[in-house]
Amino acid sequence: MTETPPTVTTAGSSPASRTRRYTINPVTRIEGHGKVTILLDENDEVVEARMHIIEFRGFERFILGRPYWEMPVIVQRLCGICPVSHHLAAAKAMDRIVGGEQLTPTAEKIRRLMHLGQIFQSHALHFFHLASPDLLFGVDGTAASAFAAPAAQRNVLGVAARYPELAVQGVMMRKFGQEVIQATAGKKIHGTGAIPGGVNKNLLIAERDALRQHVPQMLAWARGAVKIARDFTMEHLVELLPFGSFDSNHLSLVREGDGALDLYHGVLRAVDKDGHRLVNDVDYQRYLEVVSEEVRSWSYMKFPFIRTIGPEKGWYRVGPLARLNTCAFIPTPEAEAARREYLALTHGRPNNITMCYHWARMVELLHAIEGIRDLLEDSDLQGDDLLTHGPRREEAVGVIEAPRGTLFHHYRVSRNDEVTLCNLIVSTTNNNEPMNRAVARVARDHLGGKPEITEGLLNHLEVAIRAYDPCLSCATHAMGRMPLQVEIRDGTGRVVATAARG
Amino acid sequence: MPAAPAAPSSAAPQTSCFPGLRAASTPPAPTSPTEAPPRILVIGFGNPGRRDDGLGPTLAARLAARELPGVTIESDYQLCLEHAELVARHESVLFVDAAIEVPGNAPFHLGPLQPLDQVSCFSHQLSPHAVLHVAAQCFGARPSAWLLGVRAADVGSFAEGLTPAAERNLTAALDAALAWLASATTAAQSSSRP
Repeated sequence: MTETPPTVTTAGSSPASRTRRYTINPVTRIEGHGKVTILLDENDEVVEARMHIIEFRGFERFILGRPYWEMPVIVQRLCGICPVSHHLAAAKAMDRIVGGEQLTPTAEKIRRLMHLGQIFQSHALHFFHLASPDLLFGVDGTAASAFAAPAAQRNVLGVAARYPELAVQGVMMRKFGQEVIQATAGKKIHGTGAIPGGVNKNLLIAERDALRQHVPQMLAWARGAVKIARDFTMEHLVELLPFGSFDSNHLSLVREGDGALDLYHGVLRAVDKDGHRLVNDVDYQRYLEVVSEEVRSWSYMKFPFIRTIGPEKGWYRVGPLARLNTCAFIPTPEAEAARREYLALTHGRPNNITMCYHWARMVELLHAIEGIRDLLEDSDLQGDDLLTHGPRREEAVGVIEAPRGTLFHHYRVSRNDEVTLCNLIVSTTNNNEPMNRAVARVARDHLGGKPEITEGLLNHLEVAIRAYDPCLSCATHAMGRMPLQVEIRDGTGRVVATAARG
Repeated sequence: MPAAPAAPSSAAPQTSCFPGLRAASTPPAPTSPTEAPPRILVIGFGNPGRRDDGLGPTLAARLAARELPGVTIESDYQLCLEHAELVARHESVLFVDAAIEVPGNAPFHLGPLQPLDQVSCFSHQLSPHAVLHVAAQCFGARPSAWLLGVRAADVGSFAEGLTPAAERNLTAALDAALAWLASATTAAQSSSRP
């Protein structure tokens, strides 16, 4: 269906209340939609800011009763953005259901290649086409107008017009990642490659060679992307250090044994803002002993937290920023060198700077293409031993590091092969509290006390949310459109001003 | 009977996908330079899991079954940035989508498209106009582009398969697509003659 172009309308001031109502509908360049409300006091200072999720997905309900082997295919329908992550998380759970979690080398490497293709294309899409307008057009060196470039310019077409070379790189990196997915999953979107206990195809020599020829270019562009992110961050540290930033805990999978970055499989590790270990390499089958979820009346998106610490202080961040804080090292050389340079900014301690998500994401982009390169040299990809199985189980958990962060899939399966329980904690849900805190910080720093709130200033909120690369399509329990509005209310809760686009 | 597609723009380069990049930093492009560029592209897009929203992919699948020479068939849930690169490698492009409203309640509408500096509210999906715009901006390509909107009756249900009404509209639209392809093929052949 055809979309309408974004428009901006601004309601006038209300002389009686000296307040205004602002609505952005929808907030653009995030995957999906939500809603932000900001409450001002009588002096126009921000007293509360919340990111709401207002629709219900219900996916966990309507797959009940379906046969377990359908799960890796069905759950991808949660979202057209990161279906591979859901595909693989469900497949990992179903591996255990069929007792086939010890995959054959061919099956595991095919899946890892598929996953790295997803990471590569998703990170490239986000950086070059969703975030780069903010980075390329936004910061002019003054905190008052940071990220306040004209709305008409802050989109991928603006990037294509001013920086066609970068836009082309983004397109071609995304295309390459999609081709990796197609070669391993059978389709670019909603593939079927991973099945309980393994995969249904290996990688043909012709497919391998078709991908191999592009690796040098992709590596070169990934190196360049790391440099762009690093240079941008270092040149604008004054603006970026406080922007939506706060100290937090961080959680991710790490490789069992040595703590290396591992996006496909591992154990749960969490650290606090200083790097002290909060969750010490726990088997994710026990994830319910590690995390719990709080429900708040104003949002359908739950608020996860580390169970032993509690909801008030146990919330955490996931995704690239968190992963580079939890892992001991990156097991590919160029990305590891990039990680060390990245960590130098915070003197080797965890990085709690929200806008450093972009730099961390590009370090992972480099890791992904290094991993793809190495796997394409591995003859196991052409093996024929694709499936395994063992003693049947009735309950299993599959966890993977999706592009946006840790993704939990939990199922119970009856003796009749029907799914009787499904619980999903998606990456963006894990970042719910952090996104709320980022919104609150930006609202306080940039919106509060202003005589007039411009559309450009409202974009500050979007910039902070976008750093997390949220995918509200699945996180927000909704199917279809989920408009994200920004409303500003007075002390009585009355909506008093609007700036809308949609 | 639809009008014949306009002749490909003389500004449309078919030999390079990377006009904006420095040659020294441009190793092999993802499309082999020795590969003969396909001339005609049909992209059917929509979600087959939302009943008639799958009209585009369904029409694309029925065209693909005919194995028409020189015609590339693409099917996807939504239009994304990488489609700009695909579009840029063709001289004529037909986008096929489900349409809620069609003038005169006709089974379909077929009309030409122009690049527009307009982005969707959704970051990950683009309108056909925006795809054409990115193809022009990034790849210097301006293919002749048309949109075939096939009237849908139900795009709200979570179910696969078309409604009977949409199926009837699809039959009519398929004939129109074949006629368009015949015209586009003639135009491509005449443009390639010395």
